[in-house]
Amino acid sequence: MQNFANPTRFLALANALLPWVWAAALILLGLGLYGALITAPADYQQGETVRIMYVHVPAAWLSLFAYGVMAFASAIAIIFRHPLADAAAKVAAPIGAAFCFIALATGSLWGKPMWGAWWVWDARLTSMFVLMLFYLGYIAVWQAVEEWDLAASIARVVALVGAINIPIVKFSVDWWNTLHQPSSVFKMGGPAISNDMLWPLLVMGLAFNILFVALHLTALRSEIAARKLHRLHMHDVGAL
Amino acid sequence: MTPLRSVTATSLACYRGGRQVFSGLEFGLAAGQLMEVRGPNGTGKSSLLRMIAGLNEPSAGSLSFDGGDKDKTLGQQAHYIAHQDAIKPALTVAENLAFWQRYLGGGDVAQALAVFALEHLAATPAALLSAGQKRRLALSRLAVSPRPLWLLDEPSVGLDEASHQRLVALVLNHLAAGGLVMATTHVPLGLEPHHILRIEAGRRAA
Amino acid sequence: MNAFLALIARDVKLTWRQGGGAGAALGFMLTVIGLVPLALGPDQNLLQRLAPGLLWLTLLLSVLLTADRIFQQDYEDGSLDILAMGDQPLELVALAKALAHWLTTSLPLAVLAPLLGFLLNIAPGGLWPLAAGMMLGSLALSLIAGLGGAVTVGLRRGGLLAALLILPLYVPILIFGISAATAMTGPSGAGSSLIVLAALALAALAVQPFAAAAALRAYLR
Repeated sequence: MQNFANPTRFLALANALLPWVWAAALILLGLGLYGALITAPADYQQGETVRIMYVHVPAAWLSLFAYGVMAFASAIAIIFRHPLADAAAKVAAPIGAAFCFIALATGSLWGKPMWGAWWVWDARLTSMFVLMLFYLGYIAVWQAVEEWDLAASIARVVALVGAINIPIVKFSVDWWNTLHQPSSVFKMGGPAISNDMLWPLLVMGLAFNILFVALHLTALRSEIAARKLHRLHMHDVGAL
Repeated sequence: MTPLRSVTATSLACYRGGRQVFSGLEFGLAAGQLMEVRGPNGTGKSSLLRMIAGLNEPSAGSLSFDGGDKDKTLGQQAHYIAHQDAIKPALTVAENLAFWQRYLGGGDVAQALAVFALEHLAATPAALLSAGQKRRLALSRLAVSPRPLWLLDEPSVGLDEASHQRLVALVLNHLAAGGLVMATTHVPLGLEPHHILRIEAGRRAA
Repeated sequence: MNAFLALIARDVKLTWRQGGGAGAALGFMLTVIGLVPLALGPDQNLLQRLAPGLLWLTLLLSVLLTADRIFQQDYEDGSLDILAMGDQPLELVALAKALAHWLTTSLPLAVLAPLLGFLLNIAPGGLWPLAAGMMLGSLALSLIAGLGGAVTVGLRRGGLLAALLILPLYVPILIFGISAATAMTGPSGAGSSLIVLAALALAALAVQPFAAAAALRAYLR
């Protein structure tokens, strides 16, 4: 990476936007949590534990969305060779992995009262689990390869191969699931969900999305700062 | 196919690991000419040869060639002798050369073996060769497949006097036949180069 | 085409001469299978039930252990530079080397692995679908191993990273391989699982050359 192909414009934009994005994310999160924890009714079967859904489902959405951002940024990086796109993919990964972890952990918490076990290999959790492995592999590439340019080139390949494989994994895990347990234990979503449960879920989904944007921009800004610092150090040792 | 007439570099630059290795490099090399690339360690002599070989893209500037096969890249019309010998120890000397002959196309293995006097070692596993013999085997690749541009990264390292003379003769032959040669070397080849390209740290000096 | 075949032939010859192809991997499988009754107890019924899964797992692991060999030597001894300067694109180099790995390692393992099933009291009827699934799946296993090997070729401690990258990609192959091997108890016959395995191999065949070549180019730079 020679430089971030002049990231000044990006930085100006990010600095201007970030306070608003953070504010919107936090307000929506508060609103969504109010709906999820206070106004939404408890489920007649699952009781209060159904409220885990308002975190679990958006987190699961976001972990897929973040991978999409990562793969899209990697594709942009291949086509336009813009190092900012590599950086965008790089910093999306830990955020996506964190959402993935939240989805897995809340799924496990939800599963305890439902299934009587902390972990059950149901189709969704298993797919999520494999997605987590894809994230870990991608992050490990950036950790293992010291040179930034090389790491970026390798990470692009890994991100896109993963993106091709995620639907295949989903398909095969669903197949595997029908092989082992004919009916899923709990089915969420669908038209059956009532309105006073639906709106908090949608608000939470939106809040998580904007939260992702806020986290992503913040992380991207600090990645740029880290690269600048690195260049200064290289300058100090006379490599530039 | 017309013969390769010339190779031209225009304000060529190389960055590695966020570091500028060289920039503003300009040269022209015509058929029948030898260019010696000189400069201290770490100035990118090897990077330059790898760039011409097509293994490394120019970070800025351009490389062009005149004549030659327009359907091929410059790298596909070049031989590259690097520090590593690209020899498989589990294969015999003849098998090593025969593979490159099949892979790169053209040429005659027996003739190529003779160029560096390796005939008597033909059936010997390459694992048993000395460093100098391995170098001779690597250099025999130049003779096993006809390619107009030779990129030689310190080709004479580890060669004894007789083999050095054979290398000089091989290069002279190639130049006489209209070939192009670029060599980086601390040990002078004993040939009078047509051009000397000096690379200093960070930039090119005249 | 000549260069493509020459490369496959050279790699097959090299693996044969240097040993460590299917032979060493088979020894590894034999060892792991030998440890299974020690870990899980010698109950014949239990072993029979677990046999297809255990054989598939050991197959995946032994192919994985040979993944670094696919490009490592050529990268380190400079051969990859010259291979990249040939008339055929680097994509075909990556493909040829993965195919050579399949011929020397994955395919022989897939043929021989089901025989180890006798040590686990495998049901004789399950042997054919297991072997058929392994043979179809082995091509995809080699291609993905080649991809993992290419992505980590220049790293000093790339083995662990390669495992982390390769094994999740093996999930679909494992699922459909097991599905074929245990088709008698499943919702559909072995046929559809075998077709999916073949489709997975074709998909790997389409993606691997480009992805592996992109990674190799980055390391050659």
